[in-house]
Amino acid sequence: MARYVIRRLLVMIPTLLIISLIVFVVIQLPPGDIVTSTLEDLQSQGQEANEETIAALRKTYNLDKPMHMQYLSWLGGLFVGDLGYSFMYQQPVNTLVGERIALTMLIAFISIIFTWVVALPIGIISAVKQYSFTDYFTTVLAMLGMATPNFLLALVLMWFGFEYFGVSVGGLFSPEYINAPWSFARIIDLLSHLWIPMVVLGIGGCAGMVRIMRANLLDELRKPYVTTARAKGMRSWKLILKYPVRIAILPFISGIGGILPALFSGSAIVSIVVDIPTTGPLLLNSLMNQDMYLAGSFIMILSVLSVIGVLISDLALAIVDPRIHYD
Amino acid sequence: MTEAQKDPSTKANFDFAEANQWQLMWRRFKRHKLAVVSLWFLVFMYGMAAFCEFITPYTPDDRDVKYLWGPPQGLHFTHPEKGFSLIPFTYGYKRLKDPENEWSIALEPIYEKTYDLSLFVRGEKYKMWGLFETDLHLFGVQAADGSPGFIHIFGTDKQGRDIFTRLIYGSRISLTIGLVGVALTIVLGIIIGGIAGYASGWVDMVIQRIIEVLQSIPQLPLWMGLSAALPVTWSGVSVYFGITVILSFFGWTGLARVVRSKFLSMRDEDFVVAAKLLGASRMRIIFKHMLPSFLSHIITTATMAIPGMILGETALSFLGIGMRPPTVSWGVLLQDGQNTTAIVLMPWLLLPGLCVVLVVLAFNLMGDGLRDAADPYQN
Repeated sequence: MARYVIRRLLVMIPTLLIISLIVFVVIQLPPGDIVTSTLEDLQSQGQEANEETIAALRKTYNLDKPMHMQYLSWLGGLFVGDLGYSFMYQQPVNTLVGERIALTMLIAFISIIFTWVVALPIGIISAVKQYSFTDYFTTVLAMLGMATPNFLLALVLMWFGFEYFGVSVGGLFSPEYINAPWSFARIIDLLSHLWIPMVVLGIGGCAGMVRIMRANLLDELRKPYVTTARAKGMRSWKLILKYPVRIAILPFISGIGGILPALFSGSAIVSIVVDIPTTGPLLLNSLMNQDMYLAGSFIMILSVLSVIGVLISDLALAIVDPRIHYD
Repeated sequence: MTEAQKDPSTKANFDFAEANQWQLMWRRFKRHKLAVVSLWFLVFMYGMAAFCEFITPYTPDDRDVKYLWGPPQGLHFTHPEKGFSLIPFTYGYKRLKDPENEWSIALEPIYEKTYDLSLFVRGEKYKMWGLFETDLHLFGVQAADGSPGFIHIFGTDKQGRDIFTRLIYGSRISLTIGLVGVALTIVLGIIIGGIAGYASGWVDMVIQRIIEVLQSIPQLPLWMGLSAALPVTWSGVSVYFGITVILSFFGWTGLARVVRSKFLSMRDEDFVVAAKLLGASRMRIIFKHMLPSFLSHIITTATMAIPGMILGETALSFLGIGMRPPTVSWGVLLQDGQNTTAIVLMPWLLLPGLCVVLVVLAFNLMGDGLRDAADPYQN
């Protein structure tokens, strides 16, 4: 097991290097850089910048160096935990992203929990009661959930909340709590704002999970050991929960790695819609303003988290599933 | 009668039905009722997209200043004074003057003014498929005296542009972007997956790693990064192809995996070994023997990939970094409904979203049906 973990960690290094290269190329793609867009701003205000100022600006931002040197210095920074400098905010990226990354992870985490709590029982029921009303009903719902774009669901929920409960659900806190110190009431207020991203992302994830769970459990239920246990007189629900479900549940654990990138993607767009300060809105902003280190570091961190998520779910699977041996 | 004809093994005498792989697939597919309905729905939607100039009563940039922010207009059969009419009609509208609110958008029907729905009316000029100019539209409204009225069955936006018209025009972009993207995905997936599966060894190893890397990056942020790189000066067509390429950037990985595993499992099958022993070239084995045997599988995987691309385009355009106005796509249309106030006042702005849901749903259901039909071991 220890050897397996070490090998996996070693494999992660080239993976992350390739990701960093892809990310750097992508954020370099837009024509021009932060200096040109700053110049455009200045010119639109009627000011002219002279050659010296431009050169000085380029120098301060390290933009005068060749491309591969920029990449290497960014990569070197990443290794020691320095994510670079945000041109737009005139601040180190580290100070900008910390809280947002934490919030993104919090939302991803509670969405996974929500997905499990909802998808697991539904999947079990629709497999055990195959072709029943519940089965058809949940299948239709799952299909609808898969077909609805995240942001559309968020929009509809916001509209619903406004129309029927008269509450504006955008943002992270209600106005009276924005600057308030942490208290129980503030946490409640936070949660009352987090339910929309949770539900939206959770439903997106549920849809796929229910179908996987149903299919897996159906496969298990047809196996001889189930018939044997039943013939021996084991109570139906006890049997189902004790054996087939335990096997059918494995994709939930191995699936975390797969759904993490999707959750991060989804939370980005949902946060933009309902105006929650996760990575999404800032990422969009930084991309549009060519704030390349901010944008690049965001994508990089989310990718690293996804890769780690895959590793953790693989390890968890090895622990839960006794049939898996890594030697 | 000759001896040969009496031989029961010849076709003529044995009288058996013959169906090839595709006919069998189609037969199994037809049993999946929802999938068949979805197929026809999609045919209908693509048909609308193909003939959008003719089907829509207006052009996407037509502005109706008398009906800004207008809700979907009902078609009426009964008039409060004139009674029942067999031909459905619409009313004229006037803006309600609200002394307290100058910006009031309330509209009130004028019951004296009615316009009958009619088919094949003359309206705004357009160029059908860029080939010939005409002004014939499938439907429109006309008053008895020939004075022009208006019909906005899905309402209008803040500039008074007809949502129905824009929706149908938008479907041309939104629906085809998935097809073009998937075509690109199939080519990439087959080539790269085929190389990995056939070559194996370190080539396979490298390709596998690349696929894993691409799949572990969150798609949307990278899509956002890529599409932010599309120059603002690009024309609508260039952006369209740019977005397609971006969407395919991730799409091919899933297909490449399928192709690779099929190649691996098939490399040692009897029919492949036989072909090899008979001296068939590598290309012939791949394209003549191996590819057809899992073509149905590829088509299924490709169908399942289309919804992801449609959703991707919609999301990017919605965020303002995909298709850009004046190009019309469903995502661009949804931009108007970005805040709660707009949705509360004008819920009909979300109609393009409903279209997205229905189309994606149809593709998923059809993909389900195809998958079952393509599986030769399923009864």
